[in-house]
Amino acid sequence: MPEHAILAEGIRKNYGEKRALDGFDLQVPKGMVYGLLGPNGAGKTTAVRILTTLVRLDGGRAEVAGLDVATQARQVRRRIGLAGQHAAVDEILTGRQNLRMFGRLFHLGKKRAAERAEELLEQFDLLEAADKGIKTYSGGMRRRLDLAASMIFAPDVLFLDEPTTGLDPRGRNEVWDAVRSLVARGTTVLLTTQYLDEADQLAGRIAVIDRGRVIADGPPESLKRLIGGDRIEVVVRDPANLSAAAAVVARVASAEPEIDETAGRVHAPVAERVAALTEVARTLQDDGIAVEDIGLRRPTLDEVFLRLTGHRADDDEPATKEKVQA
Amino acid sequence: MSVDAKIADDEGVGTRLYWAVADSWTIVLRGLTHYVRQPSNIAWQLGFPIVSVLLFGYVFGSAMSVPGGGDYQEFLMPGMFGMTMAFGFMNTAYIVVYDKARGVTDRFRSMPMAPSAVVTGRGVGDLIGASLDLVVLGLTALAIGWRSSGGVLDTLAAFGLLLLLRFALIWIGVVLGLLVPNEEAAGSLFAVAFPFGMISSAFTAPSLMPDWLGAIALWNPVSSTVTASRELFGNPVATGDTWIEQHALLMAVVWPVVITLIFLPLAVRRFQRLSR
Repeated sequence: MPEHAILAEGIRKNYGEKRALDGFDLQVPKGMVYGLLGPNGAGKTTAVRILTTLVRLDGGRAEVAGLDVATQARQVRRRIGLAGQHAAVDEILTGRQNLRMFGRLFHLGKKRAAERAEELLEQFDLLEAADKGIKTYSGGMRRRLDLAASMIFAPDVLFLDEPTTGLDPRGRNEVWDAVRSLVARGTTVLLTTQYLDEADQLAGRIAVIDRGRVIADGPPESLKRLIGGDRIEVVVRDPANLSAAAAVVARVASAEPEIDETAGRVHAPVAERVAALTEVARTLQDDGIAVEDIGLRRPTLDEVFLRLTGHRADDDEPATKEKVQA
Repeated sequence: MSVDAKIADDEGVGTRLYWAVADSWTIVLRGLTHYVRQPSNIAWQLGFPIVSVLLFGYVFGSAMSVPGGGDYQEFLMPGMFGMTMAFGFMNTAYIVVYDKARGVTDRFRSMPMAPSAVVTGRGVGDLIGASLDLVVLGLTALAIGWRSSGGVLDTLAAFGLLLLLRFALIWIGVVLGLLVPNEEAAGSLFAVAFPFGMISSAFTAPSLMPDWLGAIALWNPVSSTVTASRELFGNPVATGDTWIEQHALLMAVVWPVVITLIFLPLAVRRFQRLSR
């Protein structure tokens, strides 16, 4: 058995002049959720489309489940599941009809396809809506059905391309729960996302992709350490107290606090999130410094990019040394 | 989790053929389920030809004349059948766009199903749908007094030619479906379908049109099929003595074959271009 669920070496893919992938490398060990994090247009979807045999690569090579995606596409397709950015289900059919149809197209046979449909409807909590048309489904339900369809064959490797884009928080949580239960059963998942939060929640390892290549990868903790991790942020009521507040923050921070005078805000990266927050809150109160707002926040994808690449997620040009508002 | 139906990777030709047929059938069933779940679609699809029958048969009918004589309603019905077949490519285009835009096509392509099944299943499903259309239209025509005075074989041959035209148009539908970006754009294909169906011998003889328009109508494949089916049904034909009119039966076979020879490879190529 192959060591890696996914192995990509120097994949290149051009669309006309545009280089969608430019030396894309990836090694995904078996049995984990691997997050592929990057902004729009970074090449995430192209990578997924190549690895799922939908698009031919122009250079390099890729293996999924130990099989070459270019020369063994049919065999690869037996071992993968794909849930893309759309809920790729037939909206005219019911949930049950969809799953039965896809089951038959996965060559399960009529009887087994019907059984499998029932299993999946139950697993994804869709039994109640099974005989309703997809048009009546909520966004979260559609994505769950889509996930169910991608799981029909108990794939070795499951590709989830931005599975929660466009969902409300509730739909997002529904999908996250579904993904977690899949991983508990040993499926390898490649998850692309624009949300650091989502990668952090689900992935055991994250690769950051920018302009068609992976620019950083590692466990979420090390990646967060690399980019400074969570930040504590304090907004003081009276700007005169700003430097005093900065001194308090500096005591728990893992780097020099940054001060935004116009907003009366000071923020700095912290290692021990909760301890830092309680410490700062208590000290500020003891010192009698009135606070407008205090909290912890994750670095945004923008900040990650700024830190890793020196340019913002939506910029084409590298950022200059001048301060860029995050 | 165990799925017991994992298939060996090395399939023989027989196994492949079996799955190509089985997968096509699954896609056909999908199309038929659409009809069952959306009966209003059939009503929409047939509404236009039926309204046209009533409009042209009763409202304009008295003002219409058939060159060479004959009853206008008898003349009209085969035209209506032909027009419905001509408009059919929009149904094909619509579902192709729908599947492409919603990612269903990508899902199919990422699955181990036979790649040809999407297209063949679509084709067979469309022909079944077109046959249903013809049954409903034929019954409507019978109800308002249309008759085929041809023999059983000739009558069946006429319907066969109509379906042959529809078959050829499947490939145009697939190509257009893969060309247009979304469902809204597919709706505007009606601007193509409308003149394609109307500028023909379906409603009136091309000899009654201005010369340039009549020439277009004469060489419209729809005209050949309609004229040929009129001959086979034993309905008024109203043809002049141009070559194309005199060889309607031949051209009712040649046109669809030519269209298929051009557009089937184009459809396959468009489909393959999805993996670029």
